[in-house]
Amino acid sequence: MVRTTGKILHRLAIELVLPLALFGLLLAVSANSTNFYFPPLARVLERFDALWLGPRFVTDVLPSLGRLIAGYAIACLAGVVIGVPLGMFAALRRAAEPVLEFFRAIPPPALIPVLVMLAGFGDTMKVAVIVTGAIWPILLNTVEGVKGADSVLDETCRTYQIRGMSRLWNFVLPSASPQIVVGMRVGLSIGIILMVISEMFAATTGLGAAIIVFQRSFEIPEMWSGVLMLGLFGFALSVVFRLFERRALKWYYGMRDLERRS
Amino acid sequence: MARRLNSVSGFLLLAILWEVAPRLGLADRQFFPPLSRLLVELFSLAATQEFWGYLLSTARTWAIGLVVATAAGVIAGLAIGLVPGARTYTHSTIEFLRPIPSVALIPGVILIFGSRYQSGVVLITYAAFWQVLLQMLYGLNDIDAVARDTARSFRFSRTGFIVHVAWPTLLPFLFTGIRLAASIALVLAVTAEMVIGTYGIGRGIVVAQTSNAIPTMYALVIVTGLMGVGINVAARGIEQRLLRWHPSVRNTAAI
Repeated sequence: MVRTTGKILHRLAIELVLPLALFGLLLAVSANSTNFYFPPLARVLERFDALWLGPRFVTDVLPSLGRLIAGYAIACLAGVVIGVPLGMFAALRRAAEPVLEFFRAIPPPALIPVLVMLAGFGDTMKVAVIVTGAIWPILLNTVEGVKGADSVLDETCRTYQIRGMSRLWNFVLPSASPQIVVGMRVGLSIGIILMVISEMFAATTGLGAAIIVFQRSFEIPEMWSGVLMLGLFGFALSVVFRLFERRALKWYYGMRDLERRS
Repeated sequence: MARRLNSVSGFLLLAILWEVAPRLGLADRQFFPPLSRLLVELFSLAATQEFWGYLLSTARTWAIGLVVATAAGVIAGLAIGLVPGARTYTHSTIEFLRPIPSVALIPGVILIFGSRYQSGVVLITYAAFWQVLLQMLYGLNDIDAVARDTARSFRFSRTGFIVHVAWPTLLPFLFTGIRLAASIALVLAVTAEMVIGTYGIGRGIVVAQTSNAIPTMYALVIVTGLMGVGINVAARGIEQRLLRWHPSVRNTAAI
């Protein structure tokens, strides 16, 4: 018991030493900074405490999070719903693939003006921007995952005449899920980026809007505190996603480890 | 033949729908001009000098950013992957920095570079760097244990090890990284032009939208898509050609 806690502490120390050193260095180097654009880190942290752990969390961070969740959920659902039939039927896939390749290649921010024209500057536009960007990795990975399903399992299903919904729930989706989750992970980071860009474009509320407003009004420490908040936002979401991934794919990791050991 | 027909059928269907729906009034013609109108616009754009100025400017930002990111990713990857212990100590820092959205740097680069193209280069470098670095680290993890031990038995020097053992294993991973980085770089080049206002296609799209030149806007969006497809196709082609000797490419070619 004592040994394992010692081990954990040792690992924690290894993980923390470089980040803490960098943080300390930045704090020390910037302490006497008189540069207007790069204020001392201590001031940024003080603003961070006042702004983002205070009222701004409710007025800016939560709306951003809400839009991200809405857009991301739609992207996940649509990506899987469209991807499964494309993965199952080769003819359909061949017809759709070139079109999908083209739309995927359009940088998602380029669609913001189009969506602004169609939906205005409101939440609908921002959610739509997130969907148009985040859907691609999810969709393409779903197609690959469904296409690459284990052929023995496929034939087993056929032998036992497992068809329709039962086949979908018990064979197609589970066997594609590791790959779908990979797509979802990429989709999430794209979603965060697009959330910020769409807010910077239509400055009302949200993290991206707040940062760009601070920058335009030259409230530099406030701006950097927003950048810090955004970094923590991205980091926190990736941690949450990793927890979800570990839980949802527990069976898969267990199986893979078994295979590796044998 | 049937297969080829099959693969263009999707495009054909889309093209017909895009042409017919606005003409029949199924879609608002003002917001969705028929495809033929967009193509005409695209051709007349291609005759203007401004369009090529946009295109070259975007391509330049993209290329510089990609080169800087690749160089930085390779050097950092070799340093972290080959210095013993470096990976354990940098792991948490990398995991913390990587999910930070590159767009968080936008206000910072505006302050430093304003709307000059270097703003875009910095954003691209930050976003694309991680792709290259991670693939480098995967690749260095993948070095064959027998090859490593053999190199050690023959007392390869560190440079000999990098050149003869690490590099050939790394290359396919590095190319995957560069390919991913190349498309992300385009996204950020366009983003920088749209949000910061750097000269380029992204700004062209915004200008067209605000001045209500809707066909121009669509035409420029299509151009960005074509650039993206071009980058993907070129990257895959170069990868296939340069890695012709490598088993991962040889196998796919055989099928």
